[in-house]
Amino acid sequence: MAYIAIATGFVLILIGLYGALTNHNILRMIVAFSVANTGVNLVMVAVGYLHGRTAPILNESVPVAEAAARIIDPVPQALVLTAIVIGVGVTALMLAYAYKLFETKGTLDISKYTELKW
Amino acid sequence: MIKRIAVVLLLLGLGAVFAGLLAGYAPDQELNLSARYYAEHTAQDIGAANIVTAIIVTYRGLDTLGEVTVLFLTAAIVGLVLSHGRRKGSGPQRELPPSGELLSTGTRLLVPLILLFGVYVFVNGHLTPGGGFQGGAVLASAILLLLLTNPLLRFGHGLIAAIESTAGLVFVGIGVLGVLFAGGFLDNRILPIGDLGALFSAGAIPVIYSFIGLKVGAEFSSMLVNLSETEDL
Repeated sequence: MAYIAIATGFVLILIGLYGALTNHNILRMIVAFSVANTGVNLVMVAVGYLHGRTAPILNESVPVAEAAARIIDPVPQALVLTAIVIGVGVTALMLAYAYKLFETKGTLDISKYTELKW
Repeated sequence: MIKRIAVVLLLLGLGAVFAGLLAGYAPDQELNLSARYYAEHTAQDIGAANIVTAIIVTYRGLDTLGEVTVLFLTAAIVGLVLSHGRRKGSGPQRELPPSGELLSTGTRLLVPLILLFGVYVFVNGHLTPGGGFQGGAVLASAILLLLLTNPLLRFGHGLIAAIESTAGLVFVGIGVLGVLFAGGFLDNRILPIGDLGALFSAGAIPVIYSFIGLKVGAEFSSMLVNLSETEDL
């Protein structure tokens, strides 16, 4: 189970990087980065999964005394919660810059932006 | 063509690294040391039923303050980048087609429910899978629905900024109260811990997470509003 999720995450990272490296349209590159970001999150959550255990929330089925034997690792989940929110912020920032670039040059084709090319 | 081959070679190399990682991966059978500490001590020290919330708001509360700061900076930079050079007072250049009966009626029905759900999610963050960040995103999705129905709808930047800065100040203020009355910065035990699983439990966690929810909702809303205002040009 964890293997499937980790493999999917790795594949998503590769798809995202491929898209970011081969597309010329800036908006498509932003979408590709989001896909890669999702892949990283998926890998991190899957690493914290322990077979046959449940979510780290204490209730009737997970009594406090048995918590350490019944729950999965809560730390990667907290980490990914943070990563998702920051990912949204990064995407919004990229979109704002893409808008600004379009405003200055009237195109979203990355190969037309040659100022910093060597 | 050469570039495409280079990209494929790079990704093949990265894929080989990932395959090596996957082949060498052995799932843990036991919780590691820090996770075990959180599992065993959350109930009596923090009193939150949701251990992830206990980690985010109290054990690693300072990191969450940093995260909220990063989000605030992002929202501020989006606003700065998009507002720079915008023509003042110029109305929309073109008439937008009406959004349609289904979307506008659906928005009127759904927006109050979405706002209510967002508040529910962050108020119950210490009991259920939820919390300030998720609830804040749900709140902002109501704003997104309003903007989809009418892209020219304008929200007061003053109101959003007021909610955001008040929530941020209260968050830091509660943290300082923790230094004065409890064990340290952002300690949740300034309020009684209560019974595990009750709504009013886990000390200051529901209060802190509610203000985080408001702050995150306001930040996402300000990003959406700033992006939608580019429609004017």
